[in-house]
Amino acid sequence: MNLAADISIAWPEIFVAVTAMLLLIFGVFQGNQSARLISWLTVGVMFIAAVLVLSSHSGRTVAFNDLFVVDAFANFAKVLLLLGAALTLILAMPFNAREGIPQFEFPVLVLFAVLGMMMMVSANDLISLYLGIELQSLSLYVLAAIRRDALRSAEAGLKYFVLGALSSGILLYGMSLVYGFAGSTGFDNLAAVFAAGDHDGAPIGVIVGLVFIIAGLAFKVSAVPFHMWTPDVYEGAPTPITAFFAVAPKIAAMALFVRVMLEPFGDLFEQWQQVIWFISLASMTLGAFAAINQTNIKRLMAYSSIGHMGFVLVGLAAGNETGAQGVLLYLTVYLFMNVGTFACILAMRRQGRMVEDIDQLAGLSRTSPKMALALAIFMFSMAGIPPLAGFFGKYYVFLAAIQAELYTLAVVGLLASVVSAFYYLRIVKLMYFDEPLDAFDQPVGKEISTIVIGTSAVTALFILVLWPVLGSAAIAAATLFAV
Amino acid sequence: MNQLLLEYLPILIFLGLAIGLSAVMVTASFIVGPNNPDVEKNSSYECGFEPFDDARMKFDVRFYLVAILFIIFDLEVAFLFPWAISLGDIGVFGFWSMVVFLGILTVGFVYEWRKGALEWE
Repeated sequence: MNLAADISIAWPEIFVAVTAMLLLIFGVFQGNQSARLISWLTVGVMFIAAVLVLSSHSGRTVAFNDLFVVDAFANFAKVLLLLGAALTLILAMPFNAREGIPQFEFPVLVLFAVLGMMMMVSANDLISLYLGIELQSLSLYVLAAIRRDALRSAEAGLKYFVLGALSSGILLYGMSLVYGFAGSTGFDNLAAVFAAGDHDGAPIGVIVGLVFIIAGLAFKVSAVPFHMWTPDVYEGAPTPITAFFAVAPKIAAMALFVRVMLEPFGDLFEQWQQVIWFISLASMTLGAFAAINQTNIKRLMAYSSIGHMGFVLVGLAAGNETGAQGVLLYLTVYLFMNVGTFACILAMRRQGRMVEDIDQLAGLSRTSPKMALALAIFMFSMAGIPPLAGFFGKYYVFLAAIQAELYTLAVVGLLASVVSAFYYLRIVKLMYFDEPLDAFDQPVGKEISTIVIGTSAVTALFILVLWPVLGSAAIAAATLFAV
Repeated sequence: MNQLLLEYLPILIFLGLAIGLSAVMVTASFIVGPNNPDVEKNSSYECGFEPFDDARMKFDVRFYLVAILFIIFDLEVAFLFPWAISLGDIGVFGFWSMVVFLGILTVGFVYEWRKGALEWE
């Protein structure tokens, strides 16, 4: 074992871990007035970590007795989640200062959650997978309840914790069954066992374990029927935390999901495809129909993200290289759309108070035309209208589904997309055709306006960066099938 | 088969000794020790609470905090024992792994100390 080589492979994670602990110590000696400084330092750490990830060589390397893997797929997902976390943290700073969340632990917890997510996407063993998930989840539970005097926030944290612990239990149970019947927890060994197995199918115990693992992971990406926690947690958690929940953990969990299904369980494709097929179909449908009646925009975004996860799972259900590529492209697009939308939600303030009702957006085009335009771009993009970013995400996952001859899934997905267009376009209609209410507070702050401008530009002009993103997504997807 | 069972003989001896010794201690204190029971002595031991009471009582959250902090370091010891036993086999890598782990725990300890979590008032 070459320790120095192992460390150099996991260097971004080690860097994040060490700096997170240093920031924690720094914060506890400086007190809460250093929260802003620590937030910016955390953003800097994430930036450096992203640079470290990008500068690592692209081939597939394993470290620490095959517990940890670095490949193009992991690097792609890591850059995405670091970007998502950094953007939401920048959004959180003015919010925290204004709404009374003074704790310096806030950015440190975000950094620990990010560390867990980086561990998740680099896991090459069921044990390191679980380690990553738990580090991420425990940080997220605390973040959901960070405004502990507010009933909603505490309720969201508790709900998230209880259901998250349950799903971790389900996941562990499945892992123990797989270990018992297949004799290993390492992804490479599992893949070898299933590849060598006879083609009548794996032992029934492995299948049961696999279903439990899928259930646990489906909970983490909030896919139907394991989605019940999402609207309540999204509504109760402070808005920047909701933005964080909607982006980084979803990207990490989905990347992990894709790796677990395609690498160790790749040869059991026929067994898990039908399960993924169902949860994808159910998520798309529920995301489309349940969001129609929502009046709170954060709950609407929760159902919207359930629907989006359904679309992403279409790419996984296809189980081919185009599918994995489509998943990564969709996650990239999803990142920009969601961060932008949540930045707009954070700008919804009247007389110093946050408003969350969708109706409050009425006539926004006349009171603040730029924000209305940006929000309209995000809504059109989420509905999947070309040439905006959301269209390309949907296009590639459905392309993969057609290639894999999953016609029913593709047709239902398109219909769900049409239904969900109703509530996205209703927001546009409210902003452009209804009588204006009082204007929102001005100015919205330069953090929010910069991020809204940046993400709306990326969303609107995604076609310009489509080929480079698609190219690196293709390289990343190819590494999953090269093993 | 006999060979296999023979390997477990030390455990059997250990079990016999443990049961015998504890039986001797219990009976000895039963026979020799002074015996003046009263209500308080007969009630089961609880850390400052009535043993039989309404479950919905006010409970100082600081007990909970202390328990949580205790568990962390309790578990640390649970990791330290097997580490100390097998130090010869796991070598330098094993040694430094544990040192890193203890370092991380120390960060947590410094944090809770500075936060004042160790102070009762």
